[in-house]
Amino acid sequence: MRFVALNAPSAARSALVTLAALAAALLICALVFTLSGHAPGEVYGTMLRGTLGDSTGLGEVGRRTIPLLLIGAGLALAFRAQFFNIGAEGQLLLGAVFAAGTALFVPLPGPLLLPAVFVAGFVGGGLWALIAAALRRVNVNEILSTLMLNYIAVALVTYLIAGPWKGKDVRGYIYTDTFPASTYLPTLPGSQVHWPTLLLGVAVALGLQWVLSRSTFGYALRVVGENPGAARYAGLSSGRVALLVALITGGVAGLAGAGEVAGIHHRLLEAGQISLGYGFTAVIVAWLARGNPALCLITAPLMGVILAGGDILKIDLNLPFRVVDVFSGVILLCLIASEVFIRHRVQWGRA
Amino acid sequence: MDNVVIEALVRALAVGTPLLLACLGAILNERAGVVNLGVEGLMAVGALAAFAVAASSPDANLWLAVGASMLAGAALALLHAVATITLRANQFVSGLALALIGTGAAGLLGKRFEGLPLFNKVADLSLGGLTVSPFTVAALLLAGAMAFWLGATRSGLTLRSVGENPAAADVLGVNVGLIRVLAVMGGGALAGLAGAFLSLSYRSSWADNMTAGLGWIAVALVIFVGWRPLRAIAGALFFGFLYYLQFRLQGNSPIPTEVFSAMPFILVLVVLALAGVRGQAGNAPAALGRAYVRGER
Repeated sequence: MRFVALNAPSAARSALVTLAALAAALLICALVFTLSGHAPGEVYGTMLRGTLGDSTGLGEVGRRTIPLLLIGAGLALAFRAQFFNIGAEGQLLLGAVFAAGTALFVPLPGPLLLPAVFVAGFVGGGLWALIAAALRRVNVNEILSTLMLNYIAVALVTYLIAGPWKGKDVRGYIYTDTFPASTYLPTLPGSQVHWPTLLLGVAVALGLQWVLSRSTFGYALRVVGENPGAARYAGLSSGRVALLVALITGGVAGLAGAGEVAGIHHRLLEAGQISLGYGFTAVIVAWLARGNPALCLITAPLMGVILAGGDILKIDLNLPFRVVDVFSGVILLCLIASEVFIRHRVQWGRA
Repeated sequence: MDNVVIEALVRALAVGTPLLLACLGAILNERAGVVNLGVEGLMAVGALAAFAVAASSPDANLWLAVGASMLAGAALALLHAVATITLRANQFVSGLALALIGTGAAGLLGKRFEGLPLFNKVADLSLGGLTVSPFTVAALLLAGAMAFWLGATRSGLTLRSVGENPAAADVLGVNVGLIRVLAVMGGGALAGLAGAFLSLSYRSSWADNMTAGLGWIAVALVIFVGWRPLRAIAGALFFGFLYYLQFRLQGNSPIPTEVFSAMPFILVLVVLALAGVRGQAGNAPAALGRAYVRGER
């Protein structure tokens, strides 16, 4: 078997290969379910009914789409610059921490507090990602550093809610006091879809697409990502691009964290309750969108179904929530393994 | 005083054992030019496979359990090999996917083993008054054997050539793809063995997320020890000692426990940064992380 490079792979070929990869992933997952003693038909049926079958389910999908859209759009940008940020989980948590700190301890008048909460979220997530970008300058692989930063972020959140920020009106539980009501985001009736953050996500996805395809910075970013050698020759600093990309991608993950605590929980609580693995799932959102932030408008709801479906499977079929990791991992693997078929056609036999 | 030192050493060796085994596995596949970030997932399936076999009956064969862990690790690693070597997928992202699949599948399939007793755990050895797991002895011997094999044998040299200069190796008639696949599967088997140590000896039970980030630390350790098996012993001991300190100081110190749980990960960052500043990242096999396609450079 040989791969023969295609000169100009068509969009149709790309779409077809992506769909085939998704189908293969669902088949492989079905095999895993069978091994674990569950009928795949029942698993998929339960997931679909519980997520797309009624308005409650759709609301749950919507709620999970919000952070996935924000983070995914940022990651799409980062991947184009070959900055493999796997630490959106930690950046989201730091965004939530900064947002909570602002909501709880910064005395601002009502109308100013909410914007400040989101700005703080952006700064928190951005700074956390900047650590990885700075470490990259001394040759520390950003996949490893952002992953380590995830674990550190979880410890930081636990420390804060169990220690200095522990709420006065809580007994036994660990979380902070409730935020002031002026930081609450409105939600769509009968759901936890905090629509201002959703709108923010749509704006971010479209805005980043514009930045990527129309701005000078976007051009520099694409050159650095596609041909580092040429970028150096043209005098484009890949280090500076990486710093800016880290700030943006970490910052929007921080916005997602601010949205979760201000829109749903109204307090800082345990890391596992703030995020259901949004950071990792968003990697797939960005990869499925093939590095186009705007396409995350389609791929984020798709993965939103998987996250919401994981919750349904936990409740209805008593499956561990880890099932979401299986979905995520298999989809990701099939996606990247299928990429060769987009740019090449297969020729059987020897050269 | 002696007792404290010896206790620290024994405990550091115990926690260092899975780190050492997984790190040796990662050295094996990285010396052949393939990065596998999926170690955490490989350890998880290894731990489950070993426990599933050992807990199946009171007189289950422990050799069989250990073999199952290595087989499970190698099988999962084969996915990585096919994706990255045959289909040229990005090694870093594929490894990440592998970590998700491994921890996810182990959590899903292992649910029915949660809380079950282990009928016969692997008995500890008594060596000169020290109580150590046979896994620890095996890991130490393996590090020595791997150092010798990579440094002084023809086949070890061939493996390294595939990681340093696959094009040259190819010209000399070396089957680059095959060697890389075997190295990745070998690395997976060792990571699986590290998992078996956790579920058969160290914890003697099965729980979701029992690898608790050890796999990621093992991956980082490879860079810290400069891809050298003997240095990996020192690196694993160092992190093992850190875990021991965490265990010792927890509860009877004014420092919050979260500082200790974050400490290994903070230290990995510091250690990686130090390795980077010292230029140690330059010791990496030259072709590390890149797919080899004949005729392309």
